[in-house]
Amino acid sequence: MSDMDKDTRNAMAARVARDIPEGAYVNLGIGLPTLVANHLPPEKDIFLHSENGVLGRWVAAPAGEEDWDMINAGKEPILPLPGVAFFHHADSFGMMRGGHLDICVLGAFQVAANGDLANWHTGARDAIPAVGGAMDLAIGAKRIFVMMDHLNKDGQSKFLSSCTYPLTGLGCVSRVYTDLATLELTDRGVLVLELVGDTTAEQLQALTPVPLDFSAVACALAAES
Amino acid sequence: MINKLLSSAIDALADIPDGAVVAVGGFGGAGMPDDLIQALIAQGASDLTLVSNNAGQGDTGLAALLKAGRVRRILCSYPRMAGSHVFETLYRAGKIELEIVPQGNLAERLRAAGCGIGGFYTPTGFGTLLAKGKETRNIEGRNYVLEYPIHVDYALINAEEGDRWGNLAYRKTARNFSPIMAMASRNTIASVGRVVELGELDPERIITPGIFVKHIVQRTEVAPAQQQVG
Repeated sequence: MSDMDKDTRNAMAARVARDIPEGAYVNLGIGLPTLVANHLPPEKDIFLHSENGVLGRWVAAPAGEEDWDMINAGKEPILPLPGVAFFHHADSFGMMRGGHLDICVLGAFQVAANGDLANWHTGARDAIPAVGGAMDLAIGAKRIFVMMDHLNKDGQSKFLSSCTYPLTGLGCVSRVYTDLATLELTDRGVLVLELVGDTTAEQLQALTPVPLDFSAVACALAAES
Repeated sequence: MINKLLSSAIDALADIPDGAVVAVGGFGGAGMPDDLIQALIAQGASDLTLVSNNAGQGDTGLAALLKAGRVRRILCSYPRMAGSHVFETLYRAGKIELEIVPQGNLAERLRAAGCGIGGFYTPTGFGTLLAKGKETRNIEGRNYVLEYPIHVDYALINAEEGDRWGNLAYRKTARNFSPIMAMASRNTIASVGRVVELGELDPERIITPGIFVKHIVQRTEVAPAQQQVG
């Protein structure tokens, strides 16, 4: 696999950011998805939602200017930009559950072709369970995007026909951005929207235990040539 | 004249009995009423059920309350984080019961208690381990799980400003769970950064009206809160 042209974490974040339209209300999950904020163009009004009770735009607080009453859901100090609003937790999760958010970007352990998401528990018997807002986020936006490496540390696909870890949400994921491809989960199957770098359709299919529909990238390649 | 201001946190928490359900505001360190937690430890109530988003970090605040052996059961969304070793040790030793509640369910169950709602159907958690054994219903094509309110005996919260009628205003993301815990609780004690005269708070700024508040105390600084990301 070392010869394949994988996207870096920042390149993945840039691909997600590119697909977020102006005017969207977006929650960026903890971990990998937080990088997306760095790639949102400042001239576009895209609204961030952090479930601990802040909506608008912000950047990481500069060193020495941390205000510990002003944090994001990852408990990192942030510097709010003009236009932010504060609210309590019930309103915040009402924004999610009530379908007011357009996009939620989440990390994942596993995603299944039917949109099932596993990102809160590996099922290990001695693990201390901790869910935070993961289950609320999984059902909490019109579209759920997942960002994850295509393969786990053992080289196995994290995109599967069904998840083996305990689920966070059922049938909730609409699109998956990996370091090899972008996959759209549709009623008619899994449509590959993009192949990263030199990754070929054959390589991606060989690594992924789910039938993939390459008609969209085939069209794109035909249009380019 | 009604004056909800008490001179000390110890006085404000004096009547908390063993076995009480105590909600503590805060998300990480933001809005965490460290002085009230310290007073609760000094007050001595035990066999408590604790409702809070996290289960303490380091060795102060909630972690100190846990370490003192006062908490029998905890309802929270995210007990495992950087520095949560006190909780982890108690949990692995079987010395504390844990109910994991998705964060939005924790918020809504508190809100329901405060609003007199007997239960609600939510899509959160449907089909997962956390909905196991719970009543479900399909409403207009979507699947929901029945969740019940969390009634609280005492809520300990932090606010930025408060007046003698118990009206409260908050600061930035330190607001988090405090307004809904105040509603869910039969007795709410708020530690406020600044005690103001009646009328000094612009009524438009009051987030928690005094009807939800029993006592306020002037906040006192305790050992600096440990701030850790995670």
